[in-house]
Amino acid sequence: MTKVSMTVNGRAVSGEVEGRTLLSAFLREGLGLTGTHVGCDTSQCGACVVHVDGKAIKSCTVFAMDVAGAEVRTIEGMANADGSLGTIQQAFQDHHGLQCGFCTPGMVMSAAALLAENPKPSEADVRHYLDGNICRCTGYHNIVKAVLAASGQDVSAVAAE
Amino acid sequence: MPKDHGIGASSKRREDIRFLTGRGVYTDDMNLHGQTYAVFVRSQVAHGRIKSINTSNAASMPGVLAVFTGEDFKDVGGNPAGWLINSRDGTPMREPKRPVLAHGKVRHVGDAYAAVVAESYAEAKDAAEQLAADSDIEELPAIIDMAAAVANASNRVHDEIPDNLCYDWGWIEDNRAAVDAAIKAAPHVTVLELVNNRLVPNAMEPRASIGEYFPGTGDYKLTTTSQNPHLTRLLVAAFVLGIPENKLTVVAPDVGGGFGSKIYHYGEEAVVLAAAKKLARPVRWTAERSESFLSDAHGRDHVTKIELACEKDGTFIAFRTETMANVGAYLSNFATVTPTFLHGTLMAGPYKVPNVYVNVKTVFTNTAPVDAYRGAGRPEATYSLERVIDKMCRELGLDPFEVRRKNFITTDMFPYTTPVGLAYDTGNYHATLDKAIEIGNVAGFEARRAASAKRGKLRGMGLSTWIEACGIAPSHLVGVLGARVGLYDAATVRVNATGNISVMTGAHSHGQGHETVFAQIVAEKLGVPEASVEIVHGDTSKIPFGMGSYGSRSLAVCGVAVTKAIDKIVAKGKKIAAHMLEAAEEDITFENGSFSVAGTDKAKTFGEIAFSAYVPHNYPLETLEPGLEETAFYDPANFTYPAGAYICEVEVDAETGKVDVVAFHCADDFGNIMNPMVVEGQVHGGVGQGIGQALCENTTYDDTGQLLTGSYMDYAMPRAGDVPFYNVDYSCQTPCTHNPLGVKGCGEAGAIGSPPAVVNAVIDALHRGGHTHVKHIDMPVSPSRVWQAIHG
Amino acid sequence: MHNFDFVKPASIADAVKALSSDGAQALSGGQTLLPTMKQRLAAPAVLVSLTGIAEMKGVCRGDGGLHVGAATTHATVAKEAAAHYPALAALAGGIGDPAVRNRGTIGGSIANNDPAACYPAGVLGSGATVVTSKRKIAADDFFQGLFSTALDEGEIVTEVRFPIPEKAAYVKFQQPASRFALTGVFVAKFGTGVRVAVTGAGQGGVFRWTEAEAALSRSFAPGAVDGLSLSGDDMISDLHGSAAYRANLVKVLTGRAVAAAG
Repeated sequence: MTKVSMTVNGRAVSGEVEGRTLLSAFLREGLGLTGTHVGCDTSQCGACVVHVDGKAIKSCTVFAMDVAGAEVRTIEGMANADGSLGTIQQAFQDHHGLQCGFCTPGMVMSAAALLAENPKPSEADVRHYLDGNICRCTGYHNIVKAVLAASGQDVSAVAAE
Repeated sequence: MPKDHGIGASSKRREDIRFLTGRGVYTDDMNLHGQTYAVFVRSQVAHGRIKSINTSNAASMPGVLAVFTGEDFKDVGGNPAGWLINSRDGTPMREPKRPVLAHGKVRHVGDAYAAVVAESYAEAKDAAEQLAADSDIEELPAIIDMAAAVANASNRVHDEIPDNLCYDWGWIEDNRAAVDAAIKAAPHVTVLELVNNRLVPNAMEPRASIGEYFPGTGDYKLTTTSQNPHLTRLLVAAFVLGIPENKLTVVAPDVGGGFGSKIYHYGEEAVVLAAAKKLARPVRWTAERSESFLSDAHGRDHVTKIELACEKDGTFIAFRTETMANVGAYLSNFATVTPTFLHGTLMAGPYKVPNVYVNVKTVFTNTAPVDAYRGAGRPEATYSLERVIDKMCRELGLDPFEVRRKNFITTDMFPYTTPVGLAYDTGNYHATLDKAIEIGNVAGFEARRAASAKRGKLRGMGLSTWIEACGIAPSHLVGVLGARVGLYDAATVRVNATGNISVMTGAHSHGQGHETVFAQIVAEKLGVPEASVEIVHGDTSKIPFGMGSYGSRSLAVCGVAVTKAIDKIVAKGKKIAAHMLEAAEEDITFENGSFSVAGTDKAKTFGEIAFSAYVPHNYPLETLEPGLEETAFYDPANFTYPAGAYICEVEVDAETGKVDVVAFHCADDFGNIMNPMVVEGQVHGGVGQGIGQALCENTTYDDTGQLLTGSYMDYAMPRAGDVPFYNVDYSCQTPCTHNPLGVKGCGEAGAIGSPPAVVNAVIDALHRGGHTHVKHIDMPVSPSRVWQAIHG
Repeated sequence: MHNFDFVKPASIADAVKALSSDGAQALSGGQTLLPTMKQRLAAPAVLVSLTGIAEMKGVCRGDGGLHVGAATTHATVAKEAAAHYPALAALAGGIGDPAVRNRGTIGGSIANNDPAACYPAGVLGSGATVVTSKRKIAADDFFQGLFSTALDEGEIVTEVRFPIPEKAAYVKFQQPASRFALTGVFVAKFGTGVRVAVTGAGQGGVFRWTEAEAALSRSFAPGAVDGLSLSGDDMISDLHGSAAYRANLVKVLTGRAVAAAG
């Protein structure tokens, strides 16, 4: 076991890990941050997306030791300082962008990364950016709508064409 | 002005707060003191005889606490089939034992035949790998193709079943001769052979279970990813392990989607319980996604020949269906009813067709078990019907909209009994079709087609008019049809002393939003704020009883149980109010949260009545018990019959075969609507699944029974970029006539109605593009299949 | 997965040294290697992370054209190559999904040489030079078949040098599940001629379609490949598409790539 240290949601943390300990496992089992979910073993479903040094990555496909010293942000770090829902989280609730909630942390983290890169994305931009986040409940309609709304765009006219 | 509260309001979901902040608690999120880890050893061959399993090496590896094989469970019960189906000749279905762990033979890739429990997951995994290496399994020829399975009597999935046939079912057998004669005499018969592709459910949360045993009391606890904890308790306790039900608590906490796959009891649940008892420590297991692919109950997998007999003007005369349904290697709990009563009884659609006959042969193969999945039988029925109708329209040069109109059951015909035994209570199929045509701007299609053509794309439009039977369902009826369970539901409404309310429901929410919507109903009925109502579900130690959530039944069955319990609360409240207000009980009215004496200004608030019930100082104790808590069980009188019309538009790239769904319009009749936002979300999800089934999802086993699509690298899940925004309308409402909420259910509609609309649109695009030789393409209508069809 | 010792050297020299130990394997972005290790199909004793080597990161202009450090992520190439070599940037920006692009690297991709990966087409189509810890290898010599390259044991890719063509484009037709290339075609027009590299289709991995190169060198127009026929004999056939279908895609996508290159 080796000691690994990083900053998670603004807090300095450390823990003992093996070489094979994935970042997702370190977060979930080591730190008790179970909001980050694991939904596949081929790096595709995106339920485990977190930010490392500001960039969205799949925490199930990164070793904890490979991101030692990094700034990590998880779904638990997305609310406002007073505990209220952040802008993206609020948009997901307002527009029913989640059902079972399992893919939701990854969706929110990917959406946050998108809006950081592209503050006013088009519908196509949103759909393309969420290519690595699978949802089985929503058919994506309200997720895309929520992300557009979170970017401050008017979604009242969203329909098929 | 839309309502902002109670029934009909788009109340925001309260459960979202925890899900959006990472504070949901799913089974794998739990950490228990002293917990241990189970890993299952799964067959790598589709069919094999277990010659020996040497457990000693694995058992002596670091951290290993226990090793189990099928031998350890050979004397406990099998995981039972929940529905008895009889063959046409009256003989009962073949029902092989489904053991906790495979014993004697392994019957599909992924069939668990041993388990290792260790101090850590890694140690358990290492030992499982060793155990696999120390297992001598003689590979036998795999039985994969259904037709071959039935034809080849020498090769058997279950040694005692000579032809691999579970049953040969006819519905309705008395219709058979008349249908045969009608088809023989008909002016036109359209024949279509099609495959309803096998789907892997892929709830995003993999299955997980934690077993606990408390030696001090002899109690067990199972925390598991279930859509129906009481049913799981019944199965694992009474049928499999022989634990008294009152010594087992089953908890289904936050569950990350189910879609049918988490209705069923699976062997892993029995193993973690047995292991927990043996070790007196918690034993946990979480599936890896690759295990989910191999071991979750799959869906669909029908091969069907359907014949439609009609007049030259498209008036239907009869439908005849011959289906082979793949049940996989074992009977999962509802595997036998899905291709029969959930499929055959829907084969009249929303049409006044005089006669229908359905034959289903259900076949064992060396593949994962197949059971009810997201629509369950009804998508299969709808797909067959709506595809063959579309084909008939092309053959006879008829307008698909007009043909539907001509054949719809009309509003003056309800209640309407179909030739396949259902009694539709209400509906207005013309209205939903007209609405779909309106919101889909069908009149503007030609201009859109021309615009697509300018971009080099072939545009097509497809229609599907669907009906389903859901709100499953009346116990007296399903009992006659072979169900081994009742299908009522239950709820307890507990008004606490200070007036806030806890509602314990048998329905389980794994994404549907019950915690919000049931609270809206209670708030409306009792005139209290939604925030004062708490919904409790998913714990057999807290809820009265329940049959769980599937078959779009939560609202239509459990929701009604909630209202029945509320009726009892109000009735008792009136008695208390009559005493407190010194009036006759029959003079008390209840409105907007207030009990008042008719014609006076004398009134007591709901809160005052609740307080009095718990502090009964001025209370009719001689005639009335204190407390304010009521339970109701509700067993519906009939199924509910949601229906609708879906229009899909696609663009096809003829050079590559790629299909893009560019518009999707839904006009549904769900009866009364409790929360429009949630209803829309349910339809969106179903349509997304339907597009996935139609265009990309495929489950492929090779001839040796290896699953070629065993991960997201090869099983194509629809992504955000594969679907459009959906246009959903539910303004056509014919309330259900037999439940007091007038609700019908909306959870499966999208998945039922959408696949044929998509495929019909693809065929339409190809025909408009001149490729008129293409009569049908099997799902998934993948780029390569479209290209092959064009050039074939 | 099996356990291993994890080391993260800061220089190429240290990485080479670490890789000389028994059972050592290089780890770049890990987007393919980690899933493989989870399946226990790879079980290194020592995993040598290349993500901490500053000299292997970055995109810059050099005498060979555009130099891309082997540990540069797809996302970085998509952003930083855009002004210099837009077709390469677009290729990088279309690999996997955003989270994969933030970890996956060009060196990891070409060293793995997945027959359906995008980068081999870009590297071969550009006629790039692969710089390793001990030599320079021409792209035409580097890719040697399925998951096979000219790399020796312990040799690591440190940089890829791309000559910048007059015109180029990459068109990818996604495999619907994995989002790898069911077929992808990279077309690059140089003063000396046109190169066409195809990924996802060939049984032997990425390959150059020389007939198309000749035709396009004569006339760089989408219709120039219309008259060519490509045999399906050497094409991959699987559940996502037959060999004939892939052969068709190669031709269609080549035409589209030429059109996109302008």
